[in-house]
Amino acid sequence: MYQQCKDSFGNVSTICIKRISDNAFIPFDPDNTDYQAYLRWLEAGNTPEPAEENQ
Amino acid sequence: MTLAVNIAQSGSNNATFRNRIINGAMVIAQYGTGSTSVQTSTLYTSCDRWISDASQNSKYTIQQSSDAPTGFNFSLLATSSSAYSVTASDGFRLQQRIEGFNTADLAFGSASAKTVTLSFWVKSTLTGTFGGSLCNSAFNRTYPFTYTISSASTWEQKTITIAGDTSGTWIGATNGIGIIVYFSLGAGSNFTGTNNAWNSGFYLGGSTSVVGTSGATFQISGVQLEAGTTASPFEYRQYGTELILCQRYYFQDSGGGGSIGFMYHASTGDPNVHYIYPYKATMRTTPTVTITVSNTTPGTQYVGVNSCEVFATSPGTAGESRVNSIIISAEL
Repeated sequence: MYQQCKDSFGNVSTICIKRISDNAFIPFDPDNTDYQAYLRWLEAGNTPEPAEENQ
Repeated sequence: MTLAVNIAQSGSNNATFRNRIINGAMVIAQYGTGSTSVQTSTLYTSCDRWISDASQNSKYTIQQSSDAPTGFNFSLLATSSSAYSVTASDGFRLQQRIEGFNTADLAFGSASAKTVTLSFWVKSTLTGTFGGSLCNSAFNRTYPFTYTISSASTWEQKTITIAGDTSGTWIGATNGIGIIVYFSLGAGSNFTGTNNAWNSGFYLGGSTSVVGTSGATFQISGVQLEAGTTASPFEYRQYGTELILCQRYYFQDSGGGGSIGFMYHASTGDPNVHYIYPYKATMRTTPTVTITVSNTTPGTQYVGVNSCEVFATSPGTAGESRVNSIIISAEL
């Protein structure tokens, strides 16, 4: 499970996604194996949770 | 000049970084030294750079062991948790994925492919024919090999010489997977190919199943993959060198139980506090960042291969937010 995260300006991050199980920030880098796993998760029809409002 | 002549006359291979395996002596264990039950969802849990993978959960444990062959201090120890009969599609393996930058000169996938030699020390409570393979990043070119453990619970050194693959797709000088070295702990019939030859597809040599005997152990150390037709003595690297090589892929920092830095909030809710963390080494690629911060929820503003910038998103009170720990991972 993944969740969108926000940058320090309050905008949805365009550089990373959060992995909920360990709060890891996964960069949108095709060479990153965690990002590759995220892409496979998306391809399986999943959708990340939206970022928390107060984040 | 005298020194050069003496080295040349010695006949030994004194070149540094001839071993393409990182942490072949199992000295570095940033993930932890204790026993961990191997799950299908986890790859790296023990000695750095070494993956323990499994097609079924909880069939063996993995840990760094201080039991080692003469001349070494550590080994990677796998212990079977049950007497599991592998199915056709099962695979239990120790593996190291070597970065393409460190294997490109071997020219696999071309007519100039070099012969390589894999040498390692192994010890098991079982005897028989064991195996492994060399594999490319697409898992469609493999060289299954076998070796025999003839004496139970005795360290034995094995040497496997493999003519380089002149076919298939090997990625060359990139930060992806150059070559994967596998050691099988048990594999199903789907992985049976032609041993001691390059195959199209993914296969593993050997018939002995470590996971098939409850309590059986399998240990390796002194793993070396090098160019050439013979095994040279294991290339010992200084600890700091080996550590920094590992930290290109993974490191964690907890400040020795304290904090590794802090951010100061001028007021409650002040989000404009940032913390830049320079890594120990240039990472293989943009890493995954896991960070814990007291007093606030962290976010990442920037993540690069040399540093990352984190920030406090919702501090509960004004004052310090301590950065307690950080894990940086760019594993293959």
